[in-house]
Amino acid sequence: MVDTDNIMAPRLQLRGITKRYLDVVANDDIDLEVKPGEIHAVLGENGAGKSTLMKIIYGVTRPDTGTISWEGREVAIGSPAQARALGIGMVFQHFALFETLTVAENISLALDERIKPAKLAPRISEVSAGYGLPVDPDRLVHSMSVGERQRVEIVRCLLQNPKLLIMDEPTSVLTPQAVVKLFETLRRLAADGCSILYISHKLDEIRSLSDSATVLRAGRVTGTAQPRHETSESLAKMMIGSDLPECHVRDREPGEPLLRIERLALKSPDPFGVDLHDITLSVRSGEMVGIAGVSGNGQKELLAALSGETRSMRNEAIMLGQTPVGHLDPAQRRALGLGFVPEERLGRGAVPAMSLAENALLTGSHGKVANGGMVRRGFVRNKIVRQFARDVIARFNVKSRNEQVGASSLSGGNLQKFIVGREVMLDPQILIVAQPTWGVDIGASMLIRQTLLDLRDRGAAVLVVSEELDELLMICDRLAVIADGRLSVTVRTRDTSVETIGTWMGGQFADAILTGGESMRA
Amino acid sequence: MPRLEPRGEPSRAMSYASPVLAVALTLLSGYFLFSFLGKDPAQAFLVFFVKPLSTAYGIGELCLKATPLILCALGLALGFRANVWNIGAEGQLTIGAIVGGGMALWLHDVTNAWLLLPLMMVAGALGGMAWGAIPAFLRTRFNTNEILVSLMLVYVANLLLSWLVRGPWRDPQGYNFPQSPMFHDAALLPVLAQGIRTNIAFPVALLFAAVCWVFVAKAFAGFRFTVAGLAPAAASYAGFSAKRNIWLAFMIGGGAAGFAGVAEVAGPIGQLQPSISPGYGFAAIIVAFVGRLHPVGVVLASLLMSLLYIGGETAQIQMALPAAVTGVFQGILLFYLLAADLFIHFRLHWKRPRVATTHPTKEAT
Repeated sequence: MVDTDNIMAPRLQLRGITKRYLDVVANDDIDLEVKPGEIHAVLGENGAGKSTLMKIIYGVTRPDTGTISWEGREVAIGSPAQARALGIGMVFQHFALFETLTVAENISLALDERIKPAKLAPRISEVSAGYGLPVDPDRLVHSMSVGERQRVEIVRCLLQNPKLLIMDEPTSVLTPQAVVKLFETLRRLAADGCSILYISHKLDEIRSLSDSATVLRAGRVTGTAQPRHETSESLAKMMIGSDLPECHVRDREPGEPLLRIERLALKSPDPFGVDLHDITLSVRSGEMVGIAGVSGNGQKELLAALSGETRSMRNEAIMLGQTPVGHLDPAQRRALGLGFVPEERLGRGAVPAMSLAENALLTGSHGKVANGGMVRRGFVRNKIVRQFARDVIARFNVKSRNEQVGASSLSGGNLQKFIVGREVMLDPQILIVAQPTWGVDIGASMLIRQTLLDLRDRGAAVLVVSEELDELLMICDRLAVIADGRLSVTVRTRDTSVETIGTWMGGQFADAILTGGESMRA
Repeated sequence: MPRLEPRGEPSRAMSYASPVLAVALTLLSGYFLFSFLGKDPAQAFLVFFVKPLSTAYGIGELCLKATPLILCALGLALGFRANVWNIGAEGQLTIGAIVGGGMALWLHDVTNAWLLLPLMMVAGALGGMAWGAIPAFLRTRFNTNEILVSLMLVYVANLLLSWLVRGPWRDPQGYNFPQSPMFHDAALLPVLAQGIRTNIAFPVALLFAAVCWVFVAKAFAGFRFTVAGLAPAAASYAGFSAKRNIWLAFMIGGGAAGFAGVAEVAGPIGQLQPSISPGYGFAAIIVAFVGRLHPVGVVLASLLMSLLYIGGETAQIQMALPAAVTGVFQGILLFYLLAADLFIHFRLHWKRPRVATTHPTKEAT
């Protein structure tokens, strides 16, 4: 496989890679080297240029300047097919699998050569057994969890005997226990000589997994390191250019329950959706409650039921204060003091083609703001709308030229600051937030978390649904876990551990339900 | 090879330039079309686009034919902004003409125009709304496709009109022609000036355009429409009812088209006939898009489309061009507009992709 001429050559070597988009430099003069059998991490915040760099390596995008060398020879990678032919495989963050097909059919479609699914099945079983990735080739994809789907993607790559495997933020869809298993697989692959490029912004993972790391910030390489010999703090410093900010959690005695969910059951309208079963939870004034869980376990359905976008439940299943709201639409619930930050920012939380001012009007139309409402007698009062948007921008440090800028031109973090700021400025009694900091840089994440904590301190009830367990452990008073459409009991954050929550995330909390009930109510 | 590359943000300049570009390309195609037909293109352009505008009467005709286009297209444009696809303005126009015209026939002994005309206009608008209510109801209740339902109802409306003028409403003194009696004077819209046929419906249409502009630019309901069109998920998150938007869009669109219908029969036509519209309701779809779904743009685009209708007629008479030439021009215009609109979101990238220095598949073994 490796001839004597280039035995010392790195498997992959990038020199001076630069890629510009319009006025943004996504990659600026980047050098990177991956040796055979090495696990190399690419560390950086969202927007640091990691994804662009991986797309260049996988042949999805071309660099403006710079060279790529593969096993000592300069190559131009014009397409993913060429990349695969070289021996580069990539597992994307979001999988492209057909729900209604089996594993073998999906893989057969994705391979460059045409192999019948039936012939492929034994090879799939062989590879999956060899690397401890149990996958049944005849299973339909829609019945599989996200973690299982990721295994399908990895197996798909392994079938092509890659010499370099690119993993893009692979752990964001896994339970802590599944992460441990994934790491075992990756280490085994590396021991067999396969190089691994591991993209992440999670410092602990990188320290425990990778041999070497390249750190990116704002499109440039800010350092290379051996993560095992670094601390999280020193890596963070390279990644964000300053110390990790912290947020302050004050102890606070909660008051009356403001949001109550009582035995909420809901059949999902989507055939591949998750039905909700018997969900009970309450959030009290001055309290922040978190719902952890691997994505695709009913979070989307629960959030839609809480916001009022789906409404086929008992009226009493959801109570805001003393008012049953199960049958009320989102605007009516908002009028009762509910604020809501959806997971999907562009297209749901904000209209991409509209200005920030117009996006302030989206949910603020009937809110209590200075100088009366934004709408009077059916007409929009532009001055007040724009003033409100300017206030949000100023108070939440949204980086934007003015309030007339289109929402789609803001970075993910800035838009999220705007959306959270908008909802908080409308002074809700209850705020429900989905994935508050997903894809948001560390600085903005801390600001958003602190904003939520301040709202809680002012006496609001805050419910956070997040896949980032670390985040929930950091800011929540109590935690529950959602798995397969069922919600666990809640536990005080300080009384629990990553291990317990991790086990629950796998759905094993039935015992806790039987013995505990809703232990933390009252 | 040039490649299409997505723009970072939709180009505002291109969204205004696109209709102009489409018109220019349509003219260019017209040049080739006329040459191909063996006509002198310069002469044809003169007849088609200049002659109709050279007299006061011609300009009056331009405004007259623009009136139903403005009314229908404004109603449609509002709906299109909210992703409500009312394709049936032609049918709503026909029903408006039937109900409004029926009022004139029924009240043939009322001689007070101040009483009769408003009654007819309101009846026509209500008729159009009623016809629009059918797809709105089926869509909101059973989630049927409003494009198909509203389109099919066009043919139902035309058959209904055809039956009426051949049967119960046929003029007894009409030598068996399929048409109703002529309306009496009190049931005819007054013209704006001597020597032209433009009637009071034209300023009403302009007023409606102004109202629509206020609706789009200032009213919260207009904002809800725009949000629903740009980002349906955001509208649902904000609690803007999709059903309310659908009903409102069909009521405005149907009402405006119904008014346009009765204004036609109480205006230039003066009676009910089997055919009261040369496809105004369909041409209005093109007008709405050429006008960028904006009230001011719709007025301008209506005048352009009206010129195509009149120019087509003139060309037919003076140059013996086939009647289909108007339809051909409409189709070409829409085609170029849709093509040019691509460049609002994309741009051409002329740089050639670099050729691979070494072909990687040969080395990957």
